[in-house]
Amino acid sequence: MNAVLETRDLCKSFGALTVAENISFRLQAGAHHALIGPNGAGKTTFVNMLTGLLAPSSGELLLGGEDISHLTPAARVKRGLGRTFQINALFRDMSVLDNVALGVAERHGVAARLWRSANSHREVREESFGLLEALGLSQDAGKRIVDLPYGKQRLVEIAIALGLKPRVLLLDEPAAGVPSLESGMILQVLDRLPGEIAVLIIEHDMDVVFRFAQCITVLVEGKVLCEGTPAEIAGDERVQRVYLGERHE
Amino acid sequence: MTRPIGYGADPRIRVTEWLPWLAGIAVFFLLPEYLSLGARILTYILFALSLDLILGYAGIITLGHSAFFGLGAYVAGILAAKLGVTDPMLLLAAAACAAGVLGIATGAVILRTRGLTQLMLTLAIAAVCLEIANKATPVTGGADGLSGITIAPIFGALKFDMFGKTAYLWCLTLLFASWWLTRKIIYSPFGATLSGIRENIVRMRAIGVPVYRRLLTVYAISATMAGVAGALLAQTNQFVGLNVLGFEPSGELMVMLILGGVGRLYGAFVGPLVYLIAQDVLAKQFPQYWYFGIGLMLVLVVLFARGGILGMADALVARLRKHT
Repeated sequence: MNAVLETRDLCKSFGALTVAENISFRLQAGAHHALIGPNGAGKTTFVNMLTGLLAPSSGELLLGGEDISHLTPAARVKRGLGRTFQINALFRDMSVLDNVALGVAERHGVAARLWRSANSHREVREESFGLLEALGLSQDAGKRIVDLPYGKQRLVEIAIALGLKPRVLLLDEPAAGVPSLESGMILQVLDRLPGEIAVLIIEHDMDVVFRFAQCITVLVEGKVLCEGTPAEIAGDERVQRVYLGERHE
Repeated sequence: MTRPIGYGADPRIRVTEWLPWLAGIAVFFLLPEYLSLGARILTYILFALSLDLILGYAGIITLGHSAFFGLGAYVAGILAAKLGVTDPMLLLAAAACAAGVLGIATGAVILRTRGLTQLMLTLAIAAVCLEIANKATPVTGGADGLSGITIAPIFGALKFDMFGKTAYLWCLTLLFASWWLTRKIIYSPFGATLSGIRENIVRMRAIGVPVYRRLLTVYAISATMAGVAGALLAQTNQFVGLNVLGFEPSGELMVMLILGGVGRLYGAFVGPLVYLIAQDVLAKQFPQYWYFGIGLMLVLVVLFARGGILGMADALVARLRKHT
């Protein structure tokens, strides 16, 4: 299978502190891949390098075979790399519909238009509303983000990313901070994600990871510890040691 | 007086939005002795509108907006006084172009920064413009100001008169055109994008928005508008002094906008109106202490009405609706 996203020996250092060391990683087209690791393993740093918020110190980054390491975050999005944020990064005073429509309008190439009103761009409104409907948020389209429960805000994060029609979707802890009563709806949405999108999920909740992912990469102290199917990872002693600690007799 | 903008907002002009224009026309007929003050207020409303576009909608913090206002005033003044160009439309166009070009040139630098750095850079640009105007005495008149400005009748028919009738109508017409343009922008997809940038710049980059380019565009538009306001001041006063440049007019404008309400479109109408009328009244009553009144007003607004006068009005209306 072809890798839609690939990194080769990706490194990131802040002075003497190395937070990512020779990360070589392949995300296959249409795959559901999880990236796990304890706190401080470098997962979010890795995602930030993928999306262009952080420049790698060295290494290569390929999207669909094209080297994108020199591109701006916006240019990477235009090439099909979408993401959600670990901590909600929404437009809090805007309506749910506008949160999604901003990205959809940008993708349609109408976001810089000055003369026609935003409201008259029916194609943008309808597509945005369709996305909200698919995620069970159509009733909330007119509400402001600040008036939504946290679980639904996480869904809006996903809706914004889906509005970009990405080839690769990076989900940074989509269920983080969501009360257990609301996490079910996040899992349902993840299950229903379009099959053609390759998804890389970064998550601490192992229930979510093992239910969602076909392949798991374990990152520890900025390095890839191992990679395999959920069954292989569950049975890997090194992973158990990382998560449970060494047994002292 | 505010409502959400974006893809779900109805862009049609509401009945209440015609009220400022009706009031503007009414002043012309009912208060003829105040038309000079009226023209000054209308000019500052246009100037405040240009600031609201970048500060209120795009979140660009600036204390140097007078650079564009002053440049517009000096370009119109110098062309009229030194080169004999007296056509008001031509002067406005020249001022708008000059301010727009300065907006692009300075915006290209300052919009790469955020926060305090941005604020300091805008301040520095305004200070540099002030010093250039101060030193280039043969052209600008330096500290004595630029006088001898003669303006031809508008469209060859409407002569600027000593009672300020033509000046008032000229300012009202240009303000109307600028308001229409600004309103068009904020209800457009571009306006929605600006609000997005103001609210969450990181997210805007993450959805593929070329943030810098969009900010530069709105900065240039705003600078052009400020340049037109400056040219209007030169035309209606027929004098340009150094007081149009530097920190003071920029800060004063910011105070006016905060008083009215930032990012509300009509805050730019209410702020200069209240500020300049208060200034006029207080300066007559207490010539030495009029700034105290302005300061007190600002303190009260900042303490009790964070959204400015319009924000306070909105809160009152909301409370009344809740009780009825």
